Amino acid sequence: MSWKLFLLLVQACGYTVLISAVSISIGLVIGTGVSAAMLSSHKALSRAGRTFVSFFRGAPLLVQLLLIYNLLPTLGINVPSMVAAVVGLSLCTAAYQAENLRGGFASVPRGLLEAAEMVGLSPFQQFWRIRAPIALRMTLPALINEAIMILKASSLVSVVGVVELTRMAQDLAASTFKPLQLFAAAGLIYLVVNLLVARGGAALEKSFRWGKP
Amino acid sequence: MNFDAALVWSLMPEILRSAGVTLGVWLFGVLGAVALGFVVTIGRRYGPRALGIALQAYLELIRGTPFLIQLFLLYYGGPFIGLSLDPVPAGLLGLAVYGAAYFSEIFRAGFEAVPPGHVEAAECLGMNRAQTVTRILIPEMTMLVLPPAVNMAIILLKETAVLSIITVPELTFQISAIGSQRYAFVEAMFLLACFYWGLVSMCGRLGMAAESRLAKFRFAHS
Repeated sequence: MSWKLFLLLVQACGYTVLISAVSISIGLVIGTGVSAAMLSSHKALSRAGRTFVSFFRGAPLLVQLLLIYNLLPTLGINVPSMVAAVVGLSLCTAAYQAENLRGGFASVPRGLLEAAEMVGLSPFQQFWRIRAPIALRMTLPALINEAIMILKASSLVSVVGVVELTRMAQDLAASTFKPLQLFAAAGLIYLVVNLLVARGGAALEKSFRWGKP
Repeated sequence: MNFDAALVWSLMPEILRSAGVTLGVWLFGVLGAVALGFVVTIGRRYGPRALGIALQAYLELIRGTPFLIQLFLLYYGGPFIGLSLDPVPAGLLGLAVYGAAYFSEIFRAGFEAVPPGHVEAAECLGMNRAQTVTRILIPEMTMLVLPPAVNMAIILLKETAVLSIITVPELTFQISAIGSQRYAFVEAMFLLACFYWGLVSMCGRLGMAAESRLAKFRFAHS
């Protein structure tokens, strides 16, 4: 396999990383909202949150992606396939992250919240300065794990026509008749990216260790 | 939304057949993955060092790359090294090799979680190594690994949908074909998602029921 092909793969990997990073970030925001809904005392709200999580964790991502990719135009929303892919991945990862964050928020020690109330923090401040940082720190390992899962799962968006790493390897394999080398190279690139994320995550965890309750 | 009950009914045999393929591939894929995963765990635990390193490399490779890439490598790359498989066997093999890596890690953790005191007690009672493994380690480990193993089996059920990409005629493949032929792709996909959702929820419930039934065999943690 020539360098030129390998460089094309690395370029396409940029899209894989971009799509995954954007989806993880959007998923974190939606996931926070959903976990708040699940933990809320409002019955309908918490039920809606749980149903969201159950559905997006229960149906295969591939089916979700195919559904969303075809549903958006039916609803009159015409977006590039890249956007549809990000929407699908974000919703899926939001469900997993909501479940993780729920655990994180539930494990914030009560005493800390009482103390926050005592010193006169508003509910808004309590959330941003006490709850959210602690929950995030608690769920950081799970978040990094989820990032790696999404990096791998993003290979499925090749099916809806996004030319990321997997799709590029597929196209090149079809035109050069070298599937063995191209898919092996693509796998290797995924492996390296995942190892880097795992390394970075471990370093991040270490730097977050201060003041652990 | 054009939902035609008579049409769905007329397509029922086809749908049921593909559902059978999904369930069959899943069942045999999980069985293969559990068996292979167990062998890998035993190989890493009791095998020679070189084998342990090779198996470790296998685990890292499988767990660090997407399932889809592994499938493509097997299905499209296989013929170049003399491994020409039809879609269904390729899908089964792919699922088993992929799942085995995760099951192996689950089993490893299970072995490690068995209290060393139990193994020492078995030794004190004069059990040999094989007896310790088959009578103490494996039964206790089975209880410990049940929840994560059920979880992994459910993940593999969802992964069977990916097999549609290498043209295994399972449910996702068939339903998307029907959906696009009949211009009802969105409806078909929605029903499909709900079907998997129901199946996955049911399996989760069954797993929890199994856990609580087997709970009496659990040793006390101390």
